[in-house]
This record gives sequence, C-alpha cells and structure tokens, in this order.
Amino acid sequence: MKEPNTEPASTGCPSSPAELSRRRFLARLSLAVGGAGALIVTVPLMGFILAPFFGRKQEVWRSVGKIESFKIGETTAVQYEDASPLPWAGVTARSAAWLRRVNADTFIAFSINCTHLGCPVRWLAEANLFMCPCHGGVYYEDGTVAAGPPPLPLPRYPVRVKDGDVQIQTAPIPITK
Amino acid sequence: MSLKRIYHRVLAWVEDRTGLPGMIGRTARHLVPPDAKWWYVFGSATLCAFMIQVVTGVALAFAYIPSASEAYSTLHFISDQAPFGHFLRGLHYYGASAMVLMVGLHMAQVFLAGSYKFPRELNWATGVLLLGFTLVMGFTGQLLRGDQNAVWTVVVAAEQAGRAPFIGQWLAHFILGGDTVGGATFTRFFAIHVFIMPGFIFAFVGLHLWLVLRHGISEPPVAGKPVDPKTYRAEYKELIKKKGKPFWPDSAWRDVVFCVAMIAVIAALALIYGGPPLGKPPDPSITTASPRPDWYLMWYFAVLALMPPGTEQYFLVFGPLIVGIILIALPFVFNRGERSPRRRPWAIAVVVMTVVMIATMWVAAVKSPWSPNFNAQPLSASVVGATNGPVFIGAQLFHDKGCLNCHWIANDGGRRGPDLTAVADRLSKNQMILKIANGGVNMPAYAANLTPAEMDALVAFLQSRKSQRP
Repeated sequence: MKEPNTEPASTGCPSSPAELSRRRFLARLSLAVGGAGALIVTVPLMGFILAPFFGRKQEVWRSVGKIESFKIGETTAVQYEDASPLPWAGVTARSAAWLRRVNADTFIAFSINCTHLGCPVRWLAEANLFMCPCHGGVYYEDGTVAAGPPPLPLPRYPVRVKDGDVQIQTAPIPITK
Repeated sequence: MSLKRIYHRVLAWVEDRTGLPGMIGRTARHLVPPDAKWWYVFGSATLCAFMIQVVTGVALAFAYIPSASEAYSTLHFISDQAPFGHFLRGLHYYGASAMVLMVGLHMAQVFLAGSYKFPRELNWATGVLLLGFTLVMGFTGQLLRGDQNAVWTVVVAAEQAGRAPFIGQWLAHFILGGDTVGGATFTRFFAIHVFIMPGFIFAFVGLHLWLVLRHGISEPPVAGKPVDPKTYRAEYKELIKKKGKPFWPDSAWRDVVFCVAMIAVIAALALIYGGPPLGKPPDPSITTASPRPDWYLMWYFAVLALMPPGTEQYFLVFGPLIVGIILIALPFVFNRGERSPRRRPWAIAVVVMTVVMIATMWVAAVKSPWSPNFNAQPLSASVVGATNGPVFIGAQLFHDKGCLNCHWIANDGGRRGPDLTAVADRLSKNQMILKIANGGVNMPAYAANLTPAEMDALVAFLQSRKSQRP
C-alpha cells in the first residue's frame, strides 16, 4: 500500500542488522532508480512544453503594399503575416501595424498594442490621436502618451521601402516590463 | 431463486472480491454533526457544478478542434448547427458561472463559521488552491472560444504577466506560446484547460474530501466555545458519538436537493440564453475590438483600468501574490479561538468588504466609463442649436477631434472626462482655452492639434453649453 521509504517496514519478526541494511539499500535503490526513470521521461517532456522559449524566431520583412498606395500624411492599418506561423494558425497568424507615410520616402510603423495592457489602439484620423478601447489610453500622433494609464509611448516597428514595396519587419508583441 | 436473493448473492460476491460496496457504504454513512443544515450545501454544490463541467466539457470535445484556424468555426458549428449544441454550450458556461459562485459562497461560509481552524487548516489550504484552479479554468475556457475577445484576452494576460520582475518576459512568452498569438497559443491553452487543470482539480478535490472525512464535517460554531487544539479532537469525537447522524441520507438529502435545484437553474439559463455570444474571428489584425472578460472576472477589468499609473506591478503581480499568501496562511496564523461570527466581527467585516469591493468594481467595469466611446455619433442639430456659424463648426470639431469619445453632451458621448452638457456654467472662455490647449492627466493637449480658428469655434460651441439656454 505505502510507497517504499527509507525506514524498513515492520514485518513483525525481528530483523538482523544485515537484514536492516539490506532493506535500507533496496529502498534507496528503488527511489534512485525510480527517480532516474522519471527524469528520462520528464526532461524531454518539459523541453517540449517549454520549446517556445528556446531560440528566437528569425524576423522577416513583409510587404504591406506598393509605395504609391499610401498617401503622404495618412495613417492606415496594414496587415501582414507573422514571421513563421504554424500551418494551422489560420487568421491568428496575422499582425497589424499603424503605418504612416510621413513624406515621399519616410514611413513610420506603430505597434497596435497599447503599452498599458496590449489592447489594440485605434487611429482617429481627424483627431490625430490613437485611442485604446480597454482602459482609456490615448497617444499623440507621434506615439507619445497623451492621456490615461500607458507607461510608455507606442513602440515602432522597422519599415523600409524595397523595389517599390513598403515593408515592415515582423516583431514579437511588445510586452511592457 | 428470487430476484432479491440473486441481488444479495451478487452483492456479497462483489463485496468479497472488491470490498467496495462496504467501503462506500461506510463512507456515505459516516457520522456528521446533527445541526449541519442548509449552510453546508455549498461545498457539494461546487463539486456538483464541477461534475457538470466535466460531462459537458467532454461532450463539447466531441466537436471542438483546438486549433487556431478551426476553433472558431467549430464553436459556430456547436452553437448554430449541432443538435443541442446551443444548449450544451450554455450548460458549460452557466455551469462554470455556478462553480465560481459556489466556490465563493462555500469559502465565505467556511470563513464565517471559522471552520478552517484546527485541525482543518489543510482543508482550507487545499480549498484555496481549488479556488485558484477554478479561476484558471474560467479564464482559459474563455480563451478556447477562439474569437477576437479570446485573442485580446491572451494578449492582456501576457502583458500582465510581463510586469512580473525577472521572469515577466518569460511568463509572457509562455502564455502567448511564442512571440505572438498564433497556432501554438490555442493548443497550449487547450491542454491546460482540458488536461492539466482538471487533473489538478480531481487530485485536490480528492485530497480535500479525504481531509473532510479525516477530520469530520465541522460542527456549527457556538459563541463562547473557542477551539483549543489540546481538547478539540476529544470534544468533536464526543459530540459525534453522542449526537452524530449518518451523512447518508440524514444530511445528504439537502445536498441533493440543492444541487438539483442548481442544475435546474443552469439548464433553464442555458435553454433561454445558450452559450455566450461569439465575437469576430480571432484575427489579431482587426483593430476594432473592445475586449472584455466574462462576468466572473469583470471586476478585475475595473482593477486594471483604475489602478494608478506606475503601480501596475503592485496590482498585477504583488497584489494577487499577497492575497494568495494571506489566504493560504490564514488557518495557520488563526488556528484557535472563537469560531462563531458573533465573536469575530472582523471576519464579517472582511466578507462584507470583499463583497462590496467586488460588486462596486463589477458595476464600474460594466459601465467602464474610462473607455472611449468609439460609437459616438455627431451631435444632432437640436442639441447643437445652430446649423451654421462658429457654434455649428465647433460642434463638428467636438466630434471629429475625438472630444465626444470621452465627454458627454446632452445624450451622447463618452464618460471618461467630465460631462460638458452645461460646461459654460462653470468655465469661462479663457479657462476653456487653457484646458483644451494644455490637456490634463487624462486629457490630451490639443494645442498642436487645433488651428486658432478651430479653437475659437470649439470654444464658441462650448460657451453655448449652458444649463438654461436663452
């Protein structure tokens, strides 16, 4: 019934010192071998479960549109695919950024994730503000905090223009420390 | 051979070979204090709700696909097409609600009656862990719906975990299942919701019940009869020996009646309302989203919104940690003395304050006045009171510049900032200009965002906002 422990179980008959030390040896042997067996199974299992932390994904550049499709001064939501989505990710593989064409060849890409708790901020074009639907965070057009609880400005993603395409570099969801 | 004799012979054989019927019978008929009445039903009701969750959860798993690309469509299939699917999802949702509610009532009852004291410290401690597991189940269950709300709930959870010192980024990665929400997120939460947490709950319910049997169901507290660890066990034994009644059926019938009544309520709600509505598809690139937690965590949404800036780490990380430590430590620190709530006014105060706090937070969260109103429509001509000129232009600006998202005027707008329906009663023109240009803690500064002409029009509009309009 009971798990083997280091003390010999009472058998009702007197045990010689030799018998005692044999029991103690067998109990310790069983525990040690059992522990080793458990490790053989659990170490790779934990490795499998914790896999997302090993090795950073290679970030990639994603085209989000032709350069001429963006008007100077306008800020629009652009969608692109994550760096290396799993085949069954479906629509969850998508990410978005707020992309602004500042002038002929300068773009800024803002994260859509509020730095407070990650909710998706919306750009209000007339008001020149980003507003968060969750807890009322507001950012100015340059991404600095205008009001509410966000502790940091909206993060920016690397953008470049290549062969007439505007490209954004994929990035992890920014997690505020 | 008569049927009765066959029955008895079969039973005797099973008893001989397994020993189970006798053991179950003895356990079911163990003696309990005679006055354990309706106050004692919440624990078994929690277990009953958990069993509903197990059977409805298993049934849902017959159709559910735990994949980011399929979960949402299987949820739609279950809700809209599968026979009884709508009802089944409702059962699982209201069953979860009942479980959270019953855990809360059970905990409050045990706390008020001082039943956590010697020798039942570990009954309480395992119960606290079960409360934690139940909340994790509620949270992960909401995610498995795989809709837009689920995606943003994962992100919000990861951001909260990210505030933990040292291991924050690591925890956030663990929750997301990688750098972003994606294919790995849902399979992992499925494993947690369906295997890991239920495994823990089964194990700890077993332990919890074993402890209840080992120490006996606590007798109703009597004022002036404190718990003394030196004498308690002998006194309890004496009480049970003299006045104890068999749990089955003398006491168990109330548990049965209450559980069945609870199931009836759950079934009725499920039949009428079905499962919680599904949101948009789980596409993280759709920026029009207003994530909200399920009702049992709604109050926490208010905590997140109302915690002062800069204190996030205390509220999100240390707060829950401290609450958990206090709850676990409670029976070890106060394991003796009076049990009756009449002699423990602070116990009553703690329960009342907790309920009031959660209820207040909950009401605040439902209203969520801190969220901008993105659906505010341009003000109507009757409200504006002008169809041209600066007042009219100012009213348009008030909408377009986002003022109306946070300020209320007459019958529309947001509740984040002050109600400006009659702002001209309290602010002069210059005060308004100062306020608009410079902003405040919760208001953007508009100095760089308005031309002088626009500012004039906006202020003209606001100056026309009087309680008694001429």
